[in-house]
Amino acid sequence: MLLISCPNCGSRDETEFHYGGQAHVPYPENPNELNDREWAEFLFYRDNTKGAFAERWLHSTGCRQWFNMLRDTVTYEIQAVYPMGTARPDAAAAAPDSGTASTAPDSTTTGTTAPDISGTSTTPASTPAPEGATT
Amino acid sequence: MADLLPEHPEFLWHNPTPKKSYDAVIVGGGGHGLATAYFLAKNHGMTNIAVLEKGWLAGGNMARNTTIIRSNYLWDESAAIYEHALKLWEILPEELEYDFLFSQRGVMNLAHTLGDVRESMRRVGANKLNGVDAEWLDPQQVKELCPILNISDNIRYPVMGATYQPRAGIAKHDHVAWAFARKCDELGVDIIQNCEVTGFLKDGNRVVGVKTSQGTIHTEKVGLCAAGHSSVLAEMAGFRLPIQSHPLQALVSELHEPVHPTVVMSNHVHVYVSQAHKGELVMGAGVDSYNGYGQRGSFHVIEHQMAAAVELFPIFARAHVLRTWGGIVDTTLDASPIVGTTPVDNMFVNCGWGTGGFKGTPAAGLTFAHTIATGTPHELNRPFALERFETGALIDEHGAAAVAH
Repeated sequence: MLLISCPNCGSRDETEFHYGGQAHVPYPENPNELNDREWAEFLFYRDNTKGAFAERWLHSTGCRQWFNMLRDTVTYEIQAVYPMGTARPDAAAAAPDSGTASTAPDSTTTGTTAPDISGTSTTPASTPAPEGATT
Repeated sequence: MADLLPEHPEFLWHNPTPKKSYDAVIVGGGGHGLATAYFLAKNHGMTNIAVLEKGWLAGGNMARNTTIIRSNYLWDESAAIYEHALKLWEILPEELEYDFLFSQRGVMNLAHTLGDVRESMRRVGANKLNGVDAEWLDPQQVKELCPILNISDNIRYPVMGATYQPRAGIAKHDHVAWAFARKCDELGVDIIQNCEVTGFLKDGNRVVGVKTSQGTIHTEKVGLCAAGHSSVLAEMAGFRLPIQSHPLQALVSELHEPVHPTVVMSNHVHVYVSQAHKGELVMGAGVDSYNGYGQRGSFHVIEHQMAAAVELFPIFARAHVLRTWGGIVDTTLDASPIVGTTPVDNMFVNCGWGTGGFKGTPAAGLTFAHTIATGTPHELNRPFALERFETGALIDEHGAAAVAH
C-alpha cells in the first residue's frame, strides 16, 4: 500500500486515490493536422519508464483534486508531489534521457482556449515534498 | 490424496557460453521465448539460435502466473489464436515427451450482475460460432460442478450463472518451461541464463547484434519475448511500444485435500481460484493500478481479492495464506497481445499478453517463430500487429473476454 501525500489533505492510503497514468501528455495543439501515426502516439503510446516516472493521481475520496507525483517504478518510492501545470521537479537534472515528455506542457489543459483546470486554488503555492523525497 | 508430481530427469538443458553469432536471438527465457525457440527449430529448421535470459530460466512471469488455460475469448481474432493454443496444449505433452500435468478440469467464469449475464451469454454464442466449447450454466448447475461455491442470493455479488469451458484447465507452469527447454536443448538451441541484454547493434535501421552482460553477440534476427520489460528493450532499440507494465499479484494457501474440482474466475469481483495438483489453493487478483517493475504490489489488492474469495467460497475462510508474490504484466489498451514486426528491420516483438500470457504460450511461440523465420506474420497473429494502434483495428477484449482486469 502506498502512503501518498496529497497536496491538500496530507498523507492518505493509496486506496483513497485513483491512478491517472503518465503526466505531462499535452492534448495535440492542432488536432486536425495530426496523421494516424501521431494520433496513435497520443491515444495509445505512453512512456513506460523503469525508474523515476512522472504520473497523475486523483484524490478521489478526499479533495477530488488531481496532482502530479514523481515515483520510482521499481522501488515505488515517492520522490515528489507537485501541482498540475508545473514542470516535473527533476526535469533539469534528468533532461537528457529521462523520458521525452518531461518538459512538455501539462496534460490536463485541452488546448489554449480551454478553461484552466490544472492550477487549483486550494493547492498551496509551494507544495512541500513528502518525507523521503530526494528532489 | 493430492496428486504426486512426476520425477524429473537429472538435467534438462546445458548451460553453454554464448557463441559469437547466431541466426536468431530470442530475448527472454520464459515460456514464450522457449516456445518460440522450440518452434523455430522444429518448424523452420533454425537451430543455430540462442535464448538469452537475464535471470534464471522461466523465473519471471512464467514462475508467477496462476496457470489457467482457456480460449473462451469474445472476438474472432482472439478466439482463433487462443483456441489454437488450447489445441496445442492438448498435444504438447506427447510432442514434448513431458507430462506437465495439463488438467482439463474446465473453467467457469461467474456472472454476478444482469450485465455479466448478458455479456456471458453473448460470449457463449460467439464461442460456439468459433468452434470453442462453451456453455451457459444456471446457478444450480454451477453448484453441481463446484459444490463449494456459495450460490445463495444474500451475498454482495450473488452468482447468477456462469459460462463454462470444459476443455479449459490448468498446467504445471514450471514443467511447461522445462519441457520446452529440454526439447530446445535437444534440437541444438543455446539457452543462456544470467545474460542480460544491455543494448542492440544496428546497421542503419537493421539490427545486427545484441550487447549483453556476457559480451556482444551478432545475429541476423532478434525476437523480443520480455513481457513486462518489453518497453525497456524497445527503447534500447529505438522505438516505442504501447505497453504499460503493472504489478499483478497472486497467492497460494497451504496444502489442502482436494476440494475444488474446477477453475472459477470472477471478472466482477476480481478473483480467480483453482487448486493445484499438490493441493494448494491458487488465487489471482486484478492488476495494481499503477505502473510498476517491482514484482510486488499493494496489499489492499490482495485483501480485496481475499474478501471476494471468502464470500464465494466460505470454506476458504480458515485457509492460511502461504505465500504471495507479484509479476510484471505488459498491458495494452485493448487487452490483446502484440505479435509481429517492429519499426526496426529484422527485429520482432511478442508482448502485450498482459494478464493472460501463460495460456497463450504455445500459440505465441508458434506464430512468433513463423514471423521471425519468414519475416511475415502467421495468419493467427496477423491481426495482432503493432500497426493496429494506427489503423484503429483494435481487438478490444477489455471487459469482453472474461478477463479479470
